[in-house]
Amino acid sequence: MKSNRALYTAAFFAALLILWQGLYFAFGPRVLTPPWTTFANAWGMLKMPDYWPDIGESIRAFLIALLIAFGIGIVGGVLIGTWRTCSEVLEPLLVNVNTVPKVALYPVILLIFGLGMWSKVVFGALHGVIPIMISSIGAVRNVNPIYVQCGRTMHLTRWKMIRRIWVPACVPELFSGLRLGFSLTLLGTIFGEFFASQKGVGFLLMNAIDLRNIPTIMSLILILIIFAVLSNSALLAVDRRLHRHEA
Amino acid sequence: MHARVESVTRVYPGRGGHPPVNALGPIDLDLYKGEFLSIVGPSGCGKSTLLELLAGLAEPTEGRIEFEGREVRGRVPEGVGVVFQEDSSFPWLTVWDNVAFGLENEGIDSAEIKRRADFAVGFMGLADFAKSYPAQLSGGMRQRVCIARTLVLQPRLILLDEPFASLDQQTRLLMGDELLRLWRETGATILLITHALDEAAMLSDRVAAMSARPGRLLEIIFTGWPGDRDSRIVEEARFGTVTARLWTILREESMKAMGRTESKGPA
Amino acid sequence: MTRYGWVRLGIVGGAGVILEILCRASVIPRLIMIPPSEMLVSAWQILFSGEIKNDLYFSLVNIALAIALSVAGGFLTGLAIYSVPLLRATLEPFLTSYSSVPPIVFYPMLIVIFGLNRIPQIAIAVMFGLVPMAMNTINGLYRIRPVFLKVGRAHRVSPLASVFRIKLPAAAPYLFTGVTLAVSYSVIGVISTEFILSASGIGHQISFAYDNYDNRAMYGLVVLLLAVSMLLNSTLRYYSQRMLRRWAR
Repeated sequence: MKSNRALYTAAFFAALLILWQGLYFAFGPRVLTPPWTTFANAWGMLKMPDYWPDIGESIRAFLIALLIAFGIGIVGGVLIGTWRTCSEVLEPLLVNVNTVPKVALYPVILLIFGLGMWSKVVFGALHGVIPIMISSIGAVRNVNPIYVQCGRTMHLTRWKMIRRIWVPACVPELFSGLRLGFSLTLLGTIFGEFFASQKGVGFLLMNAIDLRNIPTIMSLILILIIFAVLSNSALLAVDRRLHRHEA
Repeated sequence: MHARVESVTRVYPGRGGHPPVNALGPIDLDLYKGEFLSIVGPSGCGKSTLLELLAGLAEPTEGRIEFEGREVRGRVPEGVGVVFQEDSSFPWLTVWDNVAFGLENEGIDSAEIKRRADFAVGFMGLADFAKSYPAQLSGGMRQRVCIARTLVLQPRLILLDEPFASLDQQTRLLMGDELLRLWRETGATILLITHALDEAAMLSDRVAAMSARPGRLLEIIFTGWPGDRDSRIVEEARFGTVTARLWTILREESMKAMGRTESKGPA
Repeated sequence: MTRYGWVRLGIVGGAGVILEILCRASVIPRLIMIPPSEMLVSAWQILFSGEIKNDLYFSLVNIALAIALSVAGGFLTGLAIYSVPLLRATLEPFLTSYSSVPPIVFYPMLIVIFGLNRIPQIAIAVMFGLVPMAMNTINGLYRIRPVFLKVGRAHRVSPLASVFRIKLPAAAPYLFTGVTLAVSYSVIGVISTEFILSASGIGHQISFAYDNYDNRAMYGLVVLLLAVSMLLNSTLRYYSQRMLRRWAR
């Protein structure tokens, strides 16, 4: 049964590739590059040292943004979630703030942080931090109070309570929040790179758009997609494992 | 003979390497017109499955089910009403709209719909709550909504699957009285599935005891209660006798269902 | 308004006041941010002078079209996938990893194919919003309590009637979440594309103001944009809470 599903999914992706090829035949090389060429170009790009500084720059910016988003998000979220009054006041506020399209703040961030690394890092982190915080608050607050009661009746010390009850109970939901935050931070960082600096994958993409360099545009898109899908799949696998005990 | 179950079995096919599960049967049961019959048995013995088969919500693997002389298979026959174990009131409709739900597609005109829904709502004591939403009512009230919803179609056979399982004991006793009142005033045949032996003994004309899975009929007990009874029938000595007899039959079966036998004794 | 509501208002108001003071005292230079009060005045003026009327209209129409297409397309897609279990098994990995790829990366390609008009912008916005709507539709349909469907069968409701009388109302809260997401993403999609490359629209005007160091106009437009977004979200939240209050147990 499981092998059947994998087969169907593979067939679906094969169909997508065929569709891609078909679009190439329909629209021509001024609009698209076909699948094989794009993969080859992308591979070539990754091997060429000329592109490494930009790729490195993007990875660095993304990782820093991720660190900030995870750090502030989880620490802030857990702290807020632990104090009931605090979370009841702040959570609706955070949910409201989250609905603001962060794109609208992009020029403001550019003004504050100027062009360069920090604009994209802040913009990327901004996308991830609030959803992670909201999710962390939820993870802490949704711990079944029965578990806490059980711990108390067993006279667990404070440290033991945290280690053996709170942490295992919160971790699965915290991780789901991180997974969501990962994708959002990636989105924010790449978008931030469009205008914020003269380096990075996002900048390369904008540059290629200006120059109408179709093969480069498509290769960069492909690299981004593959990176996003692979990292997300890895996180998903961990997420599933953490949630394996749930009904 | 109002309904009849003949040599019925229900087997769930094996899936993904698991062997098929023989959930029920073979079982034979006759339902007499206008009687109040309860079915009791240990968990998992197939009581609910039997009810679904009778209702036409599931099909027997072998055997035949009849209602008013016609075969029941795959479709719910006209004249049969079902009340489920969980609260099935629709949260997006008011109490009145819930009750009127079944009448909409019967091609009845709106004046008649209003008359019948108003009657059922009043009959079940929900008149003050007609405009409320189920979420605002207690569990017992919500089950009354579900019963009222079944009543509007004027069923001749009412099947109830552990309808009071989620209610506290005292509410259950009162709801039992309600059920008896309903039975008397509609003249319908009632089949009640319950795991509470005292409830079955108190309310029914006959009580059928089923074995552990695969459920078969072990014994049918006549209570001999008068038609105008209510929950105070528990005063009668016979009530204790009937309940005791049921437990004697079912004690062994219940242990089997729990995975222990008499010889092993307490763990 | 609840007690906590006042506290929240206080927090937001307090933050605004602090910003105002910092700006007026030139701790925050004008080149970076103008005082919030001036932002509001600027927004008001821009809105009522009608100078960006065309751009506003362009963006709002695009957002509206994107919402309509995302919601309708997402719903139908979700319904189709729900009805054909094979589709769900096949598409599940695709759908779950879909959200990890920012659809914005396809914008350049679409411009090349369709030209620099509203089509690529709406298409990107729909790419943002359709999948969350579809996934919420699928989720909502799957989470319908099976007993409701049994009641439908017990009352001999036809399969088609059961879709409208039972399935849709039962899935409504999830569908609503999907709509909320679709709205949110449509705004993001349209505005992002307008920033990157566009001949018209609020995003384009903001970008233009930024390039010309016109902070007044820029902040005014940003405030307008935030106001539109908040209006949409508040309306949705109001109806959502009304619906949930009926349902809450």
